[in-house]
Amino acid sequence: MEHIRMPKVENVRLVDRSSSRKSQVGTLYLTATHTIFVGKGSEDRNELWVLHSLVCNIVKHKASHSGYPLLIHCKNFQVIQFIILQESDLHNVYISLTRLSRPEKYEELYCFSFNPAVDKAERQHSWDFIDLKAEYSRMGLPNKLWHVTPINRDYRVCDTYPADLFVPKSVTLPVIVGSSKFRSRGRFPTLSYYCKENHATICRSSQPLSGFSARCLEDEQMLQAIMKSNPGSRFMYVVDTRPKLNAMANRAAGKGYENEDNYCNIKFQFIGIENIHVMRNSQQKLIEVSALRSPSMGEFLLGLENSDWLKHIRSIMEAGIFISKAVADEGVSVLVHCSDGWDRTSQVCSVASVLLDPYYRTIKGLMVLIEKDWVLFGHKFSHRCGHLDGEAKEVSPVLDQFLECVWQLMDQFPCAFEYNEKFLISIHNHVYSSHYGNFICNSQKERKDLRIREKTHSIWPYLMENKLDFMNPLFKPDQIQNQGLLRPSTAPYCFKYWRRLYNRFDRELHPRQSELDCLMAVKDETQQLEEEMALYEQKLAVLDKERAKILYMQKGVLESRQALWSVPLDVSLANTPQDYLGGFIGGAPNVFTSQQGEKESTEFSLFGDKPKSSDAENSDQESGVADFSCHSSGEESLPSEDSVKDSDETGHNRA
Amino acid sequence: MEFAELIKTPRVDGVILHRPFMPTVEGTLCLTGHHIILSSRQDNTEELWLLHANIDSIEKRFVGSLGTIIVKCKDLRVIQLDIPGMEECLNIASSVEALSTLDSVSLMYPFFYRPLFEVIEDGWQLFVPEEAFKDLESMTDEWRLSEVNKDFSVCPSYPSLLTVPKDIDDESLIKAASFRHGGRFPVLSYYHKKNGMVMMRAAQPLTGTNGRRCKEDEKLINATLCAGKRGYIIDTRTIAVAQQAKARGGGFEQEANYPQWRRIHKAIERSNILQESLIKLVEACNDQSHNMDRWLSKLEASNWQSHVKEILTTACLAAQCIDREGASVLVHGSEGTDSTLQVTSLAQIILDPACRTIRGFEALIEREWLQAGHPFQQRCAQSAYSNGKPRSEAPVFLLFLDCVWQILRQFPCSFQFSESFLIMLFEHTYASQFGTFLGNSVAERAKLQLSHKTVSLWSWVNRPQELERYLNPLYEANNLVIWPSVAPQSLLLWEGVFLRWNRSTKCLDEAYQEMVHIIEYNKELQNKVNSLRRQLAQLETEDSPLQTP
Repeated sequence: MEHIRMPKVENVRLVDRSSSRKSQVGTLYLTATHTIFVGKGSEDRNELWVLHSLVCNIVKHKASHSGYPLLIHCKNFQVIQFIILQESDLHNVYISLTRLSRPEKYEELYCFSFNPAVDKAERQHSWDFIDLKAEYSRMGLPNKLWHVTPINRDYRVCDTYPADLFVPKSVTLPVIVGSSKFRSRGRFPTLSYYCKENHATICRSSQPLSGFSARCLEDEQMLQAIMKSNPGSRFMYVVDTRPKLNAMANRAAGKGYENEDNYCNIKFQFIGIENIHVMRNSQQKLIEVSALRSPSMGEFLLGLENSDWLKHIRSIMEAGIFISKAVADEGVSVLVHCSDGWDRTSQVCSVASVLLDPYYRTIKGLMVLIEKDWVLFGHKFSHRCGHLDGEAKEVSPVLDQFLECVWQLMDQFPCAFEYNEKFLISIHNHVYSSHYGNFICNSQKERKDLRIREKTHSIWPYLMENKLDFMNPLFKPDQIQNQGLLRPSTAPYCFKYWRRLYNRFDRELHPRQSELDCLMAVKDETQQLEEEMALYEQKLAVLDKERAKILYMQKGVLESRQALWSVPLDVSLANTPQDYLGGFIGGAPNVFTSQQGEKESTEFSLFGDKPKSSDAENSDQESGVADFSCHSSGEESLPSEDSVKDSDETGHNRA
Repeated sequence: MEFAELIKTPRVDGVILHRPFMPTVEGTLCLTGHHIILSSRQDNTEELWLLHANIDSIEKRFVGSLGTIIVKCKDLRVIQLDIPGMEECLNIASSVEALSTLDSVSLMYPFFYRPLFEVIEDGWQLFVPEEAFKDLESMTDEWRLSEVNKDFSVCPSYPSLLTVPKDIDDESLIKAASFRHGGRFPVLSYYHKKNGMVMMRAAQPLTGTNGRRCKEDEKLINATLCAGKRGYIIDTRTIAVAQQAKARGGGFEQEANYPQWRRIHKAIERSNILQESLIKLVEACNDQSHNMDRWLSKLEASNWQSHVKEILTTACLAAQCIDREGASVLVHGSEGTDSTLQVTSLAQIILDPACRTIRGFEALIEREWLQAGHPFQQRCAQSAYSNGKPRSEAPVFLLFLDCVWQILRQFPCSFQFSESFLIMLFEHTYASQFGTFLGNSVAERAKLQLSHKTVSLWSWVNRPQELERYLNPLYEANNLVIWPSVAPQSLLLWEGVFLRWNRSTKCLDEAYQEMVHIIEYNKELQNKVNSLRRQLAQLETEDSPLQTP
């Protein structure tokens, strides 16, 4: 609280970025956790809530005739522009927000103050929702070849690894210790995924400390043991996900990669995924492209190309494909590493897992996968997401890329996933929001030390409660092509721009009718119909038998179906022309209240623009801009749900 | 019969057909006057029937005595035929080349095609101007049907009946026609029922360098304005292009002479640039190098998506003027047969829900393309693989279909037809057994006696069993004006056409089937529940004395 210099500023203008002309005036509040804007005047109060932890950048712009603009860029790609009348107010808001959005201690994060009405037992229960033990036993572990080693129980061998780790039964403790000493940060080879059908595994580690010539007998034994724990194969792959040049450069620092001559029966492979700094810059460029206002087609496409983003997504996908094919087609085990084994390694192992195992294409399965390959294996969430004020160089969209790979797969295999893209976007949002404790800290040990389980809540049960929002209506798990290994195409045109994520808050850019929502509504109705049919059949049976007593007739679902298709259609949006002249006119503004997780979008639209454009450069064309205040057209023609219902009910009464 | 002279080898055995994402087929290749046929003569294996008219170009290759012909089709498909024997291969190649480039329209397949179905509803009689005018008459009495072009002498590319303002007599029309390129004087394209505003289309005025004017032309378009109202002239060319046109006798409406009109210039490209764009796009889509940068820069360099954006934007602008500004609009470019029609037809799809039904869309294509004189035969003579000298080829109509597809993607529940309907239309404009898209104007079609000698595409498509394939399961009539987004982030590459032969559609087909299944199952349940409810109600009435309220 001491950071809030100014809790409230009046007469702040919230600018709609899709149209400079549309804005609304209201009051800006700064609280310990949120920036809140409350629009004034209109009957329905419009509120905009932004979590401080989602703010990644605050920029003051040059003063204009209307005041002092303040731009807030969020980690979920929302961009908010306020115009503040007084310079002193602007300064105070800027200073306060800058401090509030860059907490110095974990304890300042929202998850420590977020306090839903649940008791201690429930909170504990929420943390047990994802049970990794159950996950390993689903895979078929432990078995006669693999078991849990107690060696890292106190995080002594490797403080960035989880406590429970699967290793081949045949390796002894000294071998593990020896191998860990030969690996960056002690991250020795350990199991990530086990394929029950053919015993092939995906194992993960960090780079070996091989330098130019060093070798380590225990590490060699370790790999040998992993290879032998897959009785069907005579060799294993070692996949270094880095570009060869980077790996070679590491040798000079006493690190590097495995020498095929020293290890028996390994096939070594470089994949060439770039490092976190390249990825950060790439995404930055992509974000700039996505945020362009009315770009030309050329600007957009060239911007997309110059960002290299899709190229990186493709290289991660190709790595995943290589590993999944090795495991499923060849039955060969794979050891994956990069430098530290917590970024590219997590990406590649989890992409391969999604390709291999249909379980990870279910809602629960993806939660388990993220918990296993990312949270427990020490992906440095707090550094990568910039939860705390610190090294900007540590920030990188590593998890974003994994989620995008899954999205690209969903695009190619529309029936293979139980979840839809809203699920991925929701996870993305919460990885950054620090609303829940799951993604706080950089390792499991840190989380334990901070007592995250006692002080914060877990995201997964919350997402599960909202499962209905995340379902893919087209999911067909029984179809053969959706069961085994997915074989995606990696042709360049298969990799697409993820508009729903990067333009998430630019509602005017998205289809005005959603196939997904529509199909979900139909499925929903189908379920009600099934219930109703069962009820009627039961009643008929009773009637047939007794030919007498009539049960009270329930209201059917049918009467409400008329307007079904129209529901997902955002009528006001569908009915609002964009700016087709190239100026900054058009599109209904939408403001999102980002508050309690995903239930956050209350939107509104404003009408009443000036009918004429006066943009200087369009002087020859100043015309044709719609007068939004005459917005009317055919809403009335939508079938009225009520009237239908009424008539139907009277019908029943008569009966 | 002269076809026989062109067929040097009518039959070759042991030919192997390769198609992407399909098993190879070995069989006998036959050449007929209009088709390449490959049949394995086994049951269950697919045969290949390819219209010569669909062939854009062919290439020959030889390895020893095994010859290979690569056939590139106008629907963008590429197939490979391995033909044993050098002479056979050469013969087949040269025969196909000759047969696929026949110049005479009357030798085209539609003149030989005899339908195997019974024509219930003759497509040639379906969309006559008189019918459309009846609809208009029910809404307004400001317009009349003029027969001034009865013998196509006033404007050879217009139909014989035209809708014009009631107060303008035929004399004035003839004068106005002489002031417009190709005689295409302003005529009614669309009447917006909601507010009585109209969209007209024409060709450029022939102002020339010395600023000619034509009182009748001015009077004609002013007659469409309400008292005190202004209108918009949307010129699909940039101001620079329009200026240049003056030197060749064309030009644009001067403010001084048309004070009640405000002119807006847009930048829709001309046909030869569009053709080049298509060639580059298809080349990018077929690039096997698998390099991400190359793909995106080639896609960008093709400019195809830019054309889509520009055309859609212009159509939206026209629609916006009419619906939101409450102003009438006149659309023209140079000739008024290409970009003008793209704009007027797309604006109607945005504004008029009727155009989003199958019948309505067919009527729109008849009105705004076929009868409006889009030169289909010239534009669709060759497609993206052609290595012949380009003449007047241009994917003008394909771009229109692409724009419709973009709107369909953004409003997936507002169209009665699905993507497959648009793809089918694309195919038939380039090669067809039906006569609908032959000729360049109503006059030419009349001269060719198409309605007697060929079958209309609509006669076939509108049969219930055929129509079913093109229905959009998600369709729910939407009476609203639909405003698409034209931002680059919102516009997609039309994979259904441009990547159609480069990818496996198994998973996408599966998704479509599942969607259909979900909706059909729902309907089935509704029927069941309804009948159960009736049954129950009946039983309840019978038992009513016993019923307690």
